[in-house]
Amino acid sequence: MRYLPHSDEERRQMLAACGLESEADLYRQLPPEVRLERPLELPPGLSEYEILEYFRARAAENVAGYPSFLGAGVYYHYRPVLVDVVLSRGEFLTSYTPYQAEISQGTLTAIFEFQTLMCQLTGMEVANASVYDGSTAVPEAALMAMRLTRRERVVAARTLHPEYREVLRTYGRSQGVEIEEFGYQPELGSADLDELADKVDERTAAVILQRPNFFGVIEPVREAAEIAHRRGALLVVIFSEAVSLGLLAPPVEADIVAGELQSFAIAPSYGGPFAGVIATKEKYVRQLPGRLVGQTTDAAGNRAFCLTLSTREQHIRREKATSNICTNQNLIALAATVFLTVYGRRGLRELAEQNLAKAHYLAGRLPRRFAGPFFNEFVARAPASSPEEINRRLLERRILGGLPLGRYYPELADCLLLCATEMSRKQDMDAVAEVFSGR
Amino acid sequence: MYPEEFRYTKEHEWVTVSDDIATIGITDYAQKELGDIVYVDLPRVGDAVVAGKTMGSVESVKAVSDIYSPVTGEVVEVNAALAEAPETVNRDPHGEAWLVKVKLADPEEIKRLLSAAEYQAYVEAVQR
Repeated sequence: MRYLPHSDEERRQMLAACGLESEADLYRQLPPEVRLERPLELPPGLSEYEILEYFRARAAENVAGYPSFLGAGVYYHYRPVLVDVVLSRGEFLTSYTPYQAEISQGTLTAIFEFQTLMCQLTGMEVANASVYDGSTAVPEAALMAMRLTRRERVVAARTLHPEYREVLRTYGRSQGVEIEEFGYQPELGSADLDELADKVDERTAAVILQRPNFFGVIEPVREAAEIAHRRGALLVVIFSEAVSLGLLAPPVEADIVAGELQSFAIAPSYGGPFAGVIATKEKYVRQLPGRLVGQTTDAAGNRAFCLTLSTREQHIRREKATSNICTNQNLIALAATVFLTVYGRRGLRELAEQNLAKAHYLAGRLPRRFAGPFFNEFVARAPASSPEEINRRLLERRILGGLPLGRYYPELADCLLLCATEMSRKQDMDAVAEVFSGR
Repeated sequence: MYPEEFRYTKEHEWVTVSDDIATIGITDYAQKELGDIVYVDLPRVGDAVVAGKTMGSVESVKAVSDIYSPVTGEVVEVNAALAEAPETVNRDPHGEAWLVKVKLADPEEIKRLLSAAEYQAYVEAVQR
């Protein structure tokens, strides 16, 4: 794209056409007390060379290559080089809202493949073209369940990612969502289904459960579905570690499956941008927020792809759309699509098995807090010292530790949430075990 | 073309009453304006509907439009056949494609609605 600055003469002509003397006249309507009547306090401009030097210096402050045992919603997985090769193609990288069927068959085909892959992973029948991230997929799924059931209450597990619950509350405040939480079993670390059964009633639109949950524990989807369905509520299953779907049975008992795709070749990079997805049963498709690509035939009878069911969406239905707070993370979802294509069905399963094996090796050497089955993340107790102290001593050994849980779960203040992936080396896991044992 | 025995709204619904039960649909003008109808979202039996308030929507290939209830009462029957065959609304909007039947809270209410001649005049005015 060319950069075309305006000349002073062009500015003068534009102002004259508007009947204005100066740019300041554009802001005449603003009362003087809210106007800043002086220049912004900014340092003088830098040359291109100085700017490059500045960012090189900042970049040099980063540490690189430290093994990480931090998960908690963002996972350290290998990114196949093919992902960036595809992503950096101009047709994908620089296109904005590339949905015009006549000229965008490449992008539309990729989105259709993405949706197909998401359906295969989740066991659902339709998936949207992606949403911002896993956290925003949660309230979107909750609002969808409320529209479908015409009820206004959701019951969310305390084992749902604490930040996802916070985003749910943020959306819920202005959308009239009544949110209740149910706890976990203190020995197992999985949802307390008795408490859930007590809290689900004829006003409940959805039960929201994360699998694996925030502690890494595999939640019982079928049992939760039975409890929800008995009272006419829907079950929303959330995932934050998408690699788990390579090994766990698809949560077909759920009505809506939503989650975070960061594990599929999306760099952690300061927490974003990521991509989320929402999948559901076909009978619920008209309440599914976000874009959808469908398969059709063109005028010549060839297979083609185009946006479909757009009448649900904000650019057509305005305030009555299924969502006014979502968009498609097209490029990021494409990364996930390439990742899944590189790994394939068997490769994804092998990847998941490696994650499982490594996490279980590490957990076997540490004092585990919960007895429930887990995937690649688990909670460990720090008996000898505090979780923060363990992280500090790991950092001395150039290892990034886990997440101290006290900030989110005061009752787990002596615990650390740890994650091992295919990237975790045996010697680093052994070093973690040494630090835990106080050596 | 608009049945004499029906009453109409400016939102392009029709209603006809037998005993205390109002049968409601959308007009021929509405279906023509919407184009090919692909989905009809209706209230459920037992739902309360209020005159002038949304009770469902019709979706065509180009838009989703709200259906406003012309009357106040309780839904006693919905036209379930429209779920499988929404195109019936295009084919026979004043007959086979009725949408819902409502038990009227106040049978006098429909007197406030437009007559066929008034609706015809309204539609002609809108089109001019």
